[in-house]
Amino acid sequence: MPVTVRLFRGGVHPKEGKELSCSEPIRTAPLLDKYTVILHQHIGAPPKLLVKNKDKVRKGQVIAEKAGFVSASVHSPTSGTVKLVNCHGPAGSHTPAVEITSDGKDEWDDYVKSDPDWEQLDSNECRKRVEQAGIVGMGGAAFPTSVKLSPPADKKIDNLILNGAECEPFLTADHRLMLEEGEKILTGASILGRILGVDKISIGIENNKQDAIDKLRETASKYSVEVIPLRVMYPQGAEKQLIFAITGREVPSGGLPMDAGCVVQNVGTAAAVADAVRERKPLIERVTTVTGKPVCNPGNWKFRIGTPLSKVLELAGGIKKQPAKMLLGGPMMGMAQYSLEVTIMKNASGVLLLDEDEIAQFGSQPCIRCGRCVEACPMSLMPGTLSQMIESEKFDLAEYTNVMDCIECGSCAYVCPALRPLVQHMKRGKAEVIANRK
Amino acid sequence: MLDLVILSAVLVVCMGIVLGLTIGIVAKVFEVKQDERIELVEEELPGANCGGCGFAGCSDFAKAIVGGTATPDQCPVCAEESVEKISKILGLETEPNKVKKVAVVLCGGDKNNAKFEAGYNGINDCKSAVLIGSGVKGCKYGCLGLGTCARACPFNAIEIKNGLAVVHPELCVGCGKCIETCPRNLIKFVPETVRIHVFCNSPEKGPAKKKVCSVACIGCRKCWKNAEENQIIMKGFLARVNYDFPPPPEIVEAAGCPTGCLRRTDGD
Repeated sequence: MPVTVRLFRGGVHPKEGKELSCSEPIRTAPLLDKYTVILHQHIGAPPKLLVKNKDKVRKGQVIAEKAGFVSASVHSPTSGTVKLVNCHGPAGSHTPAVEITSDGKDEWDDYVKSDPDWEQLDSNECRKRVEQAGIVGMGGAAFPTSVKLSPPADKKIDNLILNGAECEPFLTADHRLMLEEGEKILTGASILGRILGVDKISIGIENNKQDAIDKLRETASKYSVEVIPLRVMYPQGAEKQLIFAITGREVPSGGLPMDAGCVVQNVGTAAAVADAVRERKPLIERVTTVTGKPVCNPGNWKFRIGTPLSKVLELAGGIKKQPAKMLLGGPMMGMAQYSLEVTIMKNASGVLLLDEDEIAQFGSQPCIRCGRCVEACPMSLMPGTLSQMIESEKFDLAEYTNVMDCIECGSCAYVCPALRPLVQHMKRGKAEVIANRK
Repeated sequence: MLDLVILSAVLVVCMGIVLGLTIGIVAKVFEVKQDERIELVEEELPGANCGGCGFAGCSDFAKAIVGGTATPDQCPVCAEESVEKISKILGLETEPNKVKKVAVVLCGGDKNNAKFEAGYNGINDCKSAVLIGSGVKGCKYGCLGLGTCARACPFNAIEIKNGLAVVHPELCVGCGKCIETCPRNLIKFVPETVRIHVFCNSPEKGPAKKKVCSVACIGCRKCWKNAEENQIIMKGFLARVNYDFPPPPEIVEAAGCPTGCLRRTDGD
């Protein structure tokens, strides 16, 4: 079989840092006394709360129900007693959450039991189970999966792409998942393929994870899934870049992957789909990488949703020295956190601590017009020019120059020799353009 | 050689005369008649081109005044005597006692008083800072102190003092440019004569505010009880000075605001 190594335009290759945790097998976190589950964990409408103070819930019971088409249900991570609280959200402000004090029994709700006849289910029933399980995109975006699985009738989907690129430096959660639960991912892939009615299913993996490529190739043909190695380049795992690398199609400006006939799902999402359809298990746990130089024992853990970061770091053996920054997610797109109260959410692919010498200090010096940001931009934008437009508040011009196509991957800021905070400028520009459109 | 010098000199003088005459004739034939009052009015205007009147600069405003589409008192910057002078030029009646309005930043939480939950090393601009976790200040309604309003002020009337924007009322001309720049909507227009304000804008409950700021209005109603009816308006946990019917300045001492967010702006 010829080795095809595919790529998109632009991109950067930061130091990988994956060696810290890539050989650590996934460990399951022990049952905690308390979980704080944030209600609004996804893109879209916040879900409707179904429980009240002092209610008894069981593991897997719905505590907040999907409200609207783009929304997702939230389930209890263990059995115990409910308390309604406000807790620190990952975006900084306080957000409504449900605190569940465990009763130690960890009993599943009645509906959660494995279904031996799952292979006979039709696609609607499968989609319904995915929706009930509250599955959202687990790569980081947290977009409700059921919405991606219900494309409008006029959009013909002929390609399902599983995203195993894991292009963010330091993160190894998807890598370990592919090595250890490859069968589950492939089952999930075939279920997703059945729901969408596509016959072409591929899984893209960066070729720095050769062991995962080999492992999945052993069984992939049984599920009629093609494993495609990709060149190591950030942001290879961004939807539009992945679609281009694998199919050669380009998603039109302002469009969605379905406009190019594709649906992209993270490998973690596929595994969750397999659990939801085969065993009717809701999404209450996920694999998260806890890593960084200041962490004593970097590794990959299966945490329940609602585990506070203080516990996460405790399980990872604590810290060796004071970190300069704590991120939820990877170093390129992760969100900086200042509180250990923040809890693991459905999209938390990593908890990363960075050293003083590893973090960027922006100086916002004048652009020297070297054009490196233009070379690096995977969306073929001109980040330097755009940032100057946004700095001088010319938002209409920025909109005309396609600021809305920016995926905020951070490649431009990574290469900028003038240390300009380009992504923050883009964020500001996008926010202003959206406000102007209203 | 001498011939050549004389010839050139004569030629240049002749050319000068001919061209000068041409320009003179053209200027007479194509003369544009401009109302001389426009120039006079423009001289009286401050010339800061702040745009507070809603026109593109002072000369555009002067044209509008003479054209009758604007009135001189629309200029928020003009002193009363300039307005009078302009009115005299145009032969208009002036409306006396126009109260000048100035801007005030209704927040007292500087770096010592307010709690900052995290460090921020992003773009030095309030509008960018609110996009990241809605700002690093504990209070999600308070001044971020990165000076977007101060940079927008054409009169340098806003100073960032210890992480808090403060308007100097004597420099403020009331053009209103700062008001729209504040992402927290903290800057309000108030009559210049009222020098007493409640420096808080958070609608949260008292205890929640107290946790993040030591100078927040905790809604104790002490000022409200000491004032006459309607001089102080209570909105939940937030007291507001009624700028149409302001309380006397002595109320600050009488009420003894426990957090000191009811303050006078004169004398300090």
